[in-house]
Amino acid sequence: MSEAARPLSLVVISAGLSVPSSTRMLADRLAAATRDVLEARGHPVDVAVIEVKDYAHDVVDATLTHFAGERLQSAIDRLKTADGVIAVTPTFNLSYAGLFKSFIDVVDPGAFTGVPVLLAATGGTARHSLAIDYTLRPLFTYLKADIVPLSVFAAAEDFGSPTTSHDTTPLNTRTTQAATILATRILHPTPTLATPAPSPTTDATPPLPQARTQDDFTDFIPMTDLLRPSP
Amino acid sequence: MQFGIFSIADITPDPVTGKIATEHERLRRVVEMATLAEQVGLDVFALGEHHNPPFVTSSPTTTLGFIAGKTSRLLLSTATTLITTNDPVKIAEDYAMLQHLSEGRVDLVMGRGNTGPVYPWFGQDIRQGINLAVENYHLLHRLWTEDVVDWEGEFRTPLQQFTATPRPLDGVPPFVWHGSIRSPQIAEQAAFYGDGFFHNNIFWPPRHTKQMVDLYRQRFEHYGHGTADQAIVGLGGQFFARDNSQDAVREFRPYFDNAPVYGHGPSLEDFTRETPLTVGSPDQVIERYLGMRDVVGDYQRQLFLVDHAGLPHQTVLEQIEILGTRIVPVLRRELDALRPAHVPDGPTHAALVAARDAALAADGEKPHSDAYRFGTGDNWTGLTAEGGEEARRQVMLRERRAQQRLADAPAGQELAGSAGSSSSDDAPSAASDE
Repeated sequence: MSEAARPLSLVVISAGLSVPSSTRMLADRLAAATRDVLEARGHPVDVAVIEVKDYAHDVVDATLTHFAGERLQSAIDRLKTADGVIAVTPTFNLSYAGLFKSFIDVVDPGAFTGVPVLLAATGGTARHSLAIDYTLRPLFTYLKADIVPLSVFAAAEDFGSPTTSHDTTPLNTRTTQAATILATRILHPTPTLATPAPSPTTDATPPLPQARTQDDFTDFIPMTDLLRPSP
Repeated sequence: MQFGIFSIADITPDPVTGKIATEHERLRRVVEMATLAEQVGLDVFALGEHHNPPFVTSSPTTTLGFIAGKTSRLLLSTATTLITTNDPVKIAEDYAMLQHLSEGRVDLVMGRGNTGPVYPWFGQDIRQGINLAVENYHLLHRLWTEDVVDWEGEFRTPLQQFTATPRPLDGVPPFVWHGSIRSPQIAEQAAFYGDGFFHNNIFWPPRHTKQMVDLYRQRFEHYGHGTADQAIVGLGGQFFARDNSQDAVREFRPYFDNAPVYGHGPSLEDFTRETPLTVGSPDQVIERYLGMRDVVGDYQRQLFLVDHAGLPHQTVLEQIEILGTRIVPVLRRELDALRPAHVPDGPTHAALVAARDAALAADGEKPHSDAYRFGTGDNWTGLTAEGGEEARRQVMLRERRAQQRLADAPAGQELAGSAGSSSSDDAPSAASDE
């Protein structure tokens, strides 16, 4: 098998609204750390960043027309074939940014099923750090993502001193830890409905997951099965 | 190729004048649109079905029947008929009746509807949408092709020895299209029966339409109804035309900007680039719609939406006239010339009757007879003993032809190769084994 040759696809969703954006800074750090881990383990990685604000109008249009324009669709297609996702949003009024949610709402249902996702957020102070756990985590649980248990919240002061009064583990350390778990999940996905567990006879190091396809017809059922009377 | 218009008869305020039609006015205008469509040489008028405001299309066969009486050549169709929430027995009766009274000028597009509450209003569950479409259509298909039906399904009360009346005109049911925007199961359903597939792509980019049509074509061939390019495809469309394209854009823009569904969203320019909506001169509309063939291949029917978003009735009539006299003649000439001989034209009753007669003759069978074959008198159901003999024979013949078609098709070879499957599972009429 020539699976090792396939570069892994890591897609970063960054929903910061300003330029420069601390959300994008955090997203870039997490992406770089994940890439480092994967490459150290011998797997080349393609990283694509979806800067959500660049698609703001497309997202609103798609919300109303029920289809994504060509530009937005190519970003969504990239997402649908990702081996791993990093989702980063600013925290506004106790929650993820509205634009972040609007973007998720125009992505096809099922795009995240079984996909390893690392959750991260930024905010003014560490007081908001639980927003990840009561907004982002339930959202991606609903989407049946394979959520990395360790998430990363960066407050403004995290970009200054290496440690803060609230948190003695520096942002760098948290970033590396979370990235390492994400990388491991990408290489050894948790069995899900979409990708069932390997049979017990499989050897200890399972092969890389199959490349995901953009097939829109995953819910296709042949008519002979549709017509079969239920038992 | 067949060209026409379709309407969902929505009542929308004119965003320029603020005027809003009464239900009565809107209904009369729908009828006027249809009669003008025939006068300017269009082939098809299709009407939607909705059971809530702001629509006046709750009873399509009443409206289409009235239009049938005022026209002589126009084909009457639906856009769409709710196969999910209507009783298939009532659809079989209503449309067979319309077929007789209109002298065969009727076909149907099956749809699941896009108003969620319609399901509970008619006692159904939206989560069963696909299953309802599959089971209800299978029953409808049987009611139209078999004189006597025994039926037991999941969604409807059972039937014993039931005959849907009137029997279809000349023994040939109205042609059926299955409409779906994004459900591959519906493309599959259309392919399975060898029915048409209608993609109402007015709000969708061509790349999506192509995916759905390609799937339908491939499965049509799979089930042995012909080659993929012989499958029967219909498309939606939308335009606004004036002699001068700048005039068209200027006049249409407020209607676009305030339209239900997409208004206050994408710009007119973005939307015309991404979807089949074309706003400009008749030549621009012609050029755009000649291009649809490059997307989906040679196809059989093109319908246009011309009367939404509160456009004034007079403007709508002008658009129908431009369509019939300046756009369609060119499209028809060009597209008919390009279509190869082995690809069928749009379905008509006469063509379906001829095909049935040819099939009977090829099998050495006697010609179809319309002679009354049912019992007479009160409370009668089903066939007389003599009529029953003939009906059973016709069912057997049809079933044998379906089995043969499938056996010769990729689907049959697939089944033959898989151990443990019964080949009769694949026949549309397999359930009729009494």
